[in-house]
Amino acid sequence: MADIIVARDLTKRYGDFTAVDGISFDVAAGQCFGFLGPNGAGKTTTIRMISCVSPVTEGSLTVDGMHVQTEPRRIKGLLGVVPQEDNLDPELTVLQNLRAYARYFDLPPALAQQRINEALSLLQLGEKQKDRIDALSGGLKRRLTIARGLLNSPKILVLDEPTVGLDPQARHLVWQKLRSLKARGITMLLTTHYMDEAAHLCDRIVVLHQGKIIAGGTPDELIDSHAGKEVIELHGPIEDRLALMSRLDGRTDVSVEEVEDILYVYVRSENGFDASSLKLEANRVVFRRANLEDVFLRLTGRGLAEE
Amino acid sequence: MTVIAIPRAARGIWRRPDVSWLLALRVWQRNRDVYLNLWKAEAMWPLVEPLVTLVALGIGLGDFVELDGNQSYIDFIAPGMLAVYPMWMAAAEMGWGSFFRMDSQRTFDAIISTPASVDDVTSGEIFWGATRGFISLCYVFVMVLVLGTIESPLAVFIFPLSFLPGLMFASMALSYSAVARSVSSLNYFFAAFITPQYWLAGVFFPLDRLPEWVQVVAWFTPAFHVVRVYRGLVEGDLDWTMLVSIAWMIAVTTVFYVLALYLMRRRLVK
Repeated sequence: MADIIVARDLTKRYGDFTAVDGISFDVAAGQCFGFLGPNGAGKTTTIRMISCVSPVTEGSLTVDGMHVQTEPRRIKGLLGVVPQEDNLDPELTVLQNLRAYARYFDLPPALAQQRINEALSLLQLGEKQKDRIDALSGGLKRRLTIARGLLNSPKILVLDEPTVGLDPQARHLVWQKLRSLKARGITMLLTTHYMDEAAHLCDRIVVLHQGKIIAGGTPDELIDSHAGKEVIELHGPIEDRLALMSRLDGRTDVSVEEVEDILYVYVRSENGFDASSLKLEANRVVFRRANLEDVFLRLTGRGLAEE
Repeated sequence: MTVIAIPRAARGIWRRPDVSWLLALRVWQRNRDVYLNLWKAEAMWPLVEPLVTLVALGIGLGDFVELDGNQSYIDFIAPGMLAVYPMWMAAAEMGWGSFFRMDSQRTFDAIISTPASVDDVTSGEIFWGATRGFISLCYVFVMVLVLGTIESPLAVFIFPLSFLPGLMFASMALSYSAVARSVSSLNYFFAAFITPQYWLAGVFFPLDRLPEWVQVVAWFTPAFHVVRVYRGLVEGDLDWTMLVSIAWMIAVTTVFYVLALYLMRRRLVK
């Protein structure tokens, strides 16, 4: 499918600080495209540039063939933005919030009301129409913010940390709603530092670190190339860890990383490795499949993210 | 394909304003919706404050005041009441009100994620500030009318004219809010700028009794000109210097509107 967002050498500087450092990427229409990275990596800045609320310092950025610098109003008309912090109007009801927001897109009143009804029913908010915002839980506020982002039938839904601060039930409900939107063919941009969220939703991921893209691909590709197939975690005293490291010395199908008091052994080949040969004490060892969290931590360093 | 970035100064003060009046109206409508939800609570202050002032100063203190030409003190202060309470209201709405919307509620961030620009937000806000001033004017006008202090039918022209000082004080207050760091720092603006105008704009006593340098300073304050024009309309006593006052208000409004556009862009576009 055609690329709906094209960024080339995209750069954002605040004075001497470079928040986004010459990144290039393409987002295909209909994809869910994830920006992963620790706090301060440049994820939010990137999607703020795409949303035309933060000027590009250098490079080029087009959305649906239009330059963000020259056509911000038209681009913003195509986007549904779900910000990181809820910015609903607390003094208006659920319905009033949606009506006020729909007016910015200049929809005819009948169409606006139809879209409002659709969004309310899709996000199961119909019974809450007359409620004040203060009366809503965090999960309901999030769903309302997503509903608000759908009123203009956006081509692209921009989600900045969409489930931050939600309890597990609320997160899973939001994910389910987002998957159903994706099934309708809407393009999604997602920033997150929850790896399970990225794994659940994203077709393609780029990992940002200190303003640069340090890896990109599908979730499986990233796991394969950066973490391997399986992971052995060894929780235990330093002598055990040293003993294990000496036994692994010289092997090419594994890589080892020591973080604080845990040793991680990343196993590349699925079947060519006999874990029992390591003679590990089972209660201190976890065998599991590699996941995006491993990719993330290997690529961006552990505990090194500074705000 | 080589794509060339098109640079454009998004924050420069001399950039041509990017205002869609339709979207500015949408911003105004959003504020109206909130106001209509809260109007009873919002009506308290603009009703009680001028009423108490008119009674306490106009009637209470007025008994001890002797003016030229047998004018009663309440008649003397009535035109100024029509000027300074709407000033307070427009400034308060663009001070505390806009700052709260911008900073705590992040309302403006939500609006500029839609096709609306920062300039639309600034313009819609300023029109809303002027509207709040107009609502306050209506309240005070009824009071001074009932108290029998309106001498000339020319006073009805205060209604359309009031949008000019409304926009002026709203632009000034929003310019300050755009650079304010916290809610409490708004106090500087109100203490140093609005309160002195309230007392020293010729509402409560004629300025010719004050030292000359105070009169010169007072001439440059916007409220002085509003009071002068309103006094002429209420008393039916017009002269050409009122045109100078109106020209001064237009000039101040223009300067602060452009400044508010610039400062709000600087605040919200990062």
